[in-house]
Order: sequence, then structure tokens, then C-alpha cells
Amino acid sequence: MYEGIVQDLIDELGRLPGIGPKSAQRIAFHLLSADPADVRRLAATLNEIKDKVRFCRLCFNVAQAELCRICSDQRRDPEQICVVEESKDVIAIERTREFRGRYHVLGGAINPIGGIGPDDLHIRELIARLADGTVTELILATDPNTEGEVTASYLARQIAPMGVKVTRLASGLPMGGDLEWADEVTLGRAFEGRRVVA
Amino acid sequence: MSRSARGDRVLPTYRDACNHGWVPVYRDEGVVLRTTPLAEADRIVTVLTRRTGRVRAVAKGVRRTSSRFGARLEPGTYVDLQLHEGRSLDTVTQADILSPYGAVIAGDYSRHTASAVMLETAERLTGEERQPAMRLFLLLVGGLRTLAQSERAPGLVLDAFLLRALAVSGYAMALQACARCGAQGHHQAFSVSAGGVVCPQCRPHGAASMSLAAVRLLSDLLTGDWAAADASEVRTRREAGGCVAAYLQWHLEYGLRALPHLERV
Repeated sequence: MYEGIVQDLIDELGRLPGIGPKSAQRIAFHLLSADPADVRRLAATLNEIKDKVRFCRLCFNVAQAELCRICSDQRRDPEQICVVEESKDVIAIERTREFRGRYHVLGGAINPIGGIGPDDLHIRELIARLADGTVTELILATDPNTEGEVTASYLARQIAPMGVKVTRLASGLPMGGDLEWADEVTLGRAFEGRRVVA
Repeated sequence: MSRSARGDRVLPTYRDACNHGWVPVYRDEGVVLRTTPLAEADRIVTVLTRRTGRVRAVAKGVRRTSSRFGARLEPGTYVDLQLHEGRSLDTVTQADILSPYGAVIAGDYSRHTASAVMLETAERLTGEERQPAMRLFLLLVGGLRTLAQSERAPGLVLDAFLLRALAVSGYAMALQACARCGAQGHHQAFSVSAGGVVCPQCRPHGAASMSLAAVRLLSDLLTGDWAAADASEVRTRREAGGCVAAYLQWHLEYGLRALPHLERV
């Protein structure tokens, strides 16, 4: 055990996800030996993040105002909404520069064993966004795993009667891999989603 | 090979392997019950295996889209595994799909919620890791296969699995005779604490009244009379399902997290 404030810092760092006691100790001593200006800047950012960052009123992406940067951008197509699980998925799709519509962040995926059901996600708010008839296509971009598939199938079932076109991101073989290592589910999906090239 | 106190031969442990220079690798088939994220791109998978019982193992890099495991270690998948035994957690070294029940079931929300209750129950009924539970394993594979085939109502498949899983774990529900005095007959009072139906003389305080049709349905599900179970009414299925859920959670001494999300159709 270290004295007072040093041990407090190690304990606080140790509460962060993925940081064990040894890592917490290493980071604490790095901060102690770092340039004071760098440490003050980190502390100021940590203070600011809780004061200024909030969730967008429309799409639940992280934002610094009532609306996020994407929802407040008038150049974005209001007819397409891409549904993702987390804010980090918005960044991943934005990096592709392929999508010019808007987003809706669910805040997770349906996982009954984990105690997460449809009422724990921003599904009700998504359905409310579709009510005015502006949106013509809903793109389901939940993760390609069991929870993501269940969430997509639940959303498709709920939204189909509203007359909105519901699409799901294609899934199949990743670039840079060998066919012989592909599992049956992935290979089956790749066959289902094959496209005409000639 | 070590020996138990009775002198029986038991499987070699990690320590045995290290002491004798063996490579502690084993192969088994199992159903993935649950996955938990670990570090940047790994997961801990909980698997109910045919021969070893419930094991927890690390699947390295499985969350990367380029992972060699792909969809092989998703919940509800029946897999052939090669595992490297570790001190606390094993490591998955190879995995091949035997049947992708989880992926098939995921396309239907009500079937998925039923399978989630089955997987969580199987995990809870195997109290200790590495205690073989062959009958429970076979029941789980059969239950998932029936759910994936979409031929029967998911609620009935779930209740049949739960009743049989409880029976093979030593908590068989008394349905043909009074749970207290053994008097034969389809009695119409149900007591969770007594262990099933009870006769009017033995009926304790708090026992619920139950229709004869619901008692018969439970009995049909336990014995596998699917023709009679399929012909039951929705109201009867709901009544029987409620009894099974209460009975299950009483004996598990645990409120299943998946049960409130179960969608009975």
C-alpha cells in the first residue's frame, strides 16, 4: 500500500475497464513522472467530459449540444437511418464515407441472458422517429453476432407493418482470408448474399 | 493418471500433465451457453460439453472480423472443440460447427428468448465446472434442435426441456401422484415447495389451484406425448408455463435473467 493520494489514484484507475492492479500502478507512476502540463490537460479533459458531453436528443449518439454533429447537418439525407448498437459503430461507418444518411444508436443489443430486453434499448424512440413518414429506408447495422441478429430480427418484425423499407448490412467473407477457414454460418451468408458480376 | 479417495481412476489434471510433461490438450463437443467480452478482442466462452461438463475457456481474438473462429463460438452453437487446459481458464485452440442452432434460432425473436432461458438454465443446473452432465447435455442439444426446426411452439419446447432438465437434476415434478402422501391421481392443486401437485388433504397454504388440462399438459411434456401437447389450448399452455417457471426458480434459488424477456406466443 502506498501513502494516501498515490494509493487513491491507483484505486481509481483500477476501477476502469480492462485495467488491473499492476496496470493501474504503472499508469499512476507514469502520471507522477509526466510533465505537469500534460497531467493538468488530462485532468481538465476528464472534468469537461462529464460537464459537456451528452447524448443527442434524436439519435442518442454522443454530442456536445442538444443535437449531435450529424443530426444538425442539413446536408445529411433524412430519408435513410442507419441503426447501430453503440456510438463507436457510427465512427466505424463514417470512416467508410459510403453513407450520407443519419443514425440511430440503440445503446446495446438484445441479450436475454444478460438481462437486456427491447425495453432497455432506444427502440421506442426509433419507432417515434419513423412516425412522420420522412424516413423511407432503415438500415440495420447491428453487430454480425447472435445478439445483433436477434436485435435486427426484432426490429424488422416491429417496423415491417409501418411500410418502411428495412435492409440489413451484408455479411460474408472478410477480405484477406482463405475460403477453407470460413465457418459454415459465414460461408452460408456469403452464398445467400452473392451478387452478379457479369 | 491420479486416483480418487475410493481408488477410481480419474481424468488427469493440469498439474498431473505439467508434472509428467504431457501436453494438457483435450477434445470434446459442446454447446456454447454464454460469451463474455475479455480485453480488446477476446471472449470467455462457457460451454456445456458432452464428457467434461461445464467448462469456461478463453477464445482469443474472436471479436475481430478476421478471427479464424468466425461464428463458431456464438451462444447456442453445437461445436466440436479442442481446448488447452489452463489453471483457471482453458483456451480454445480449434472449433468446428456441428450444428449452428443459435444462428438459425436468432432469426425468430420468440424462439431466441426460449433458447436463452434453456441455455441459462443449463448453466445454472451445472453447479460446478468439470462435473460431467451427459443427460442434461443431450437434453439441451435435443431442445435446441427442436427449436431450430420450428415445427413446435417454442413455449412447449422450452417447458418440456425445463421439466426434463429438472428431472435429470433430481427435481422431478410430481404430476401423477400427490407430492406429499403419494395418493395417485391428477390433483388440481400445485405447490412449488411441496414439489408438484398435492391432494386436497395435503394441500399447504399458498398452493395454487390448477386446471386438470394444465396438469395433463405438464405430464405430456414430461413424458414426451407431443400429439397431446400440440393439441393443447393457448390458455392451458400459459398456465402450465407459469407453474414451470415458478418451480424452476424455486429449485435453482435464483431468478433467471432471461425469463422476464421470454416471449410466449
